[in-house]
Amino acid sequence: MKLVIINYGAGNIKSIQFAFKRLGIDAVLSNNPEEIIAADKIIFPGVGEASTAMTMLKSSGLDKLIPTLKQPVLGICLGMQLLCESTEEGNTKGLGIFKTKVKRFANDVKVPQMGWNVIKDLKSDLFSGIKESEYMYLVHSYYAEHCDETIAKTDYGINYASALQHNNFYGVQFHPEKSSLAGAKILENFLKLEVKN
Amino acid sequence: MLTKRIIPCLDIKNGRTVKGVNFIDLRDAGDPVELAKQYADIGADELVFLDISATLEGRATTLDMVLHVAEQVNIPFTVGGGISSIEDVDALLKCGADKVSINSSAVKRPELINELSNKFGSQCIVVAIDAKEIDGQWKVHLAGGSIPTKIDLFEWAKEVEMRGAGEILFTSMNHDGTKNGFANKALARLSEALNIPIIASGGAGNVQHFIDTFKEGKSDAALAASVFHFGEIPIPDLKKELKANNIEVRL
Repeated sequence: MKLVIINYGAGNIKSIQFAFKRLGIDAVLSNNPEEIIAADKIIFPGVGEASTAMTMLKSSGLDKLIPTLKQPVLGICLGMQLLCESTEEGNTKGLGIFKTKVKRFANDVKVPQMGWNVIKDLKSDLFSGIKESEYMYLVHSYYAEHCDETIAKTDYGINYASALQHNNFYGVQFHPEKSSLAGAKILENFLKLEVKN
Repeated sequence: MLTKRIIPCLDIKNGRTVKGVNFIDLRDAGDPVELAKQYADIGADELVFLDISATLEGRATTLDMVLHVAEQVNIPFTVGGGISSIEDVDALLKCGADKVSINSSAVKRPELINELSNKFGSQCIVVAIDAKEIDGQWKVHLAGGSIPTKIDLFEWAKEVEMRGAGEILFTSMNHDGTKNGFANKALARLSEALNIPIIASGGAGNVQHFIDTFKEGKSDAALAASVFHFGEIPIPDLKKELKANNIEVRL
């Protein structure tokens, strides 16, 4: 199993690496296209501001590479949002894998949403063995609107897509690497996924 | 629904937990990593480490500790104490801290909040505020509450939000250490005036205090130290009680 965490300078990726280490997998941090293409599984992380992250992706050409990947790819948090068509954060165009848009939470709730919330209507092998309404740790100010690719739903002021899937691309808004044993189970499930194209 | 968070706070000096800790069976009660793991296992939602090291060497040890915590603990944690620059924050986040908490350095130079939230994102910048109510006026205090300022708590909290903080950790110096309950009036006022999460700190003594701070204080999270460290309030029992009082918690 060769697992690569795409390292394009966005956010705290150490936590993701450690979470896989707890599962007995040594993940490689890389921004090298050849190394990424050769991986069995790929994590696309992201913490921070969307337009800055997209600029960093573009400067390394990864914006072109990522949509061409054939192996399972898991976008986490901002990583998931950047796989959508667009985000209101910094008026940023995304990579367009998931056919949905990312919007800012309205001010009728506290922004950012910070803490543990439940995921429901789970529809993917990614959630195998995860019970409905399991708690996940989330920190975000922007959310993905529902679309046909929604595989998990969460309520925070509105009901939004807390996970998405399109072919081999998966995205989760929550942080499985920080979501206790249930989060670890999701990462384990991701490692077991087969390519679906 | 988003749940209310329970956050144990650990004081760290030279990479070791300082105050006596007397709960469950710890081989080494001074080992922050072992303690953090125990807390994660029994259902703490987050952890805060407050570095009270006075020396550079002590701080370097803390970075090492942060790395070990990140390696072994599967819930989020914040590190605070003596953070005053982009470099400090960068080093902590690179070691795997999820959030950092700044306090006196933000009061001395408020632009620091903008710089940090622009560089690292609001989500990882917690601003801790220590304040004391004197003659009906809440004034911000520095250096662990020992130095008074003329700054009004509510004005400062608003400014902190405008400058990009992702969260506020409010400690009432009137309540801290008393075990008489949290500063719920001030907390509710903060929560209503601001649109970022507020963590209540100072005054936890029994389960009812937690119920009150979530209901009356409108707090998003509650932080405590000794009642958890000495097993006076076991976290699983606390959460069951909160749930029984219709407060959403992660069980």
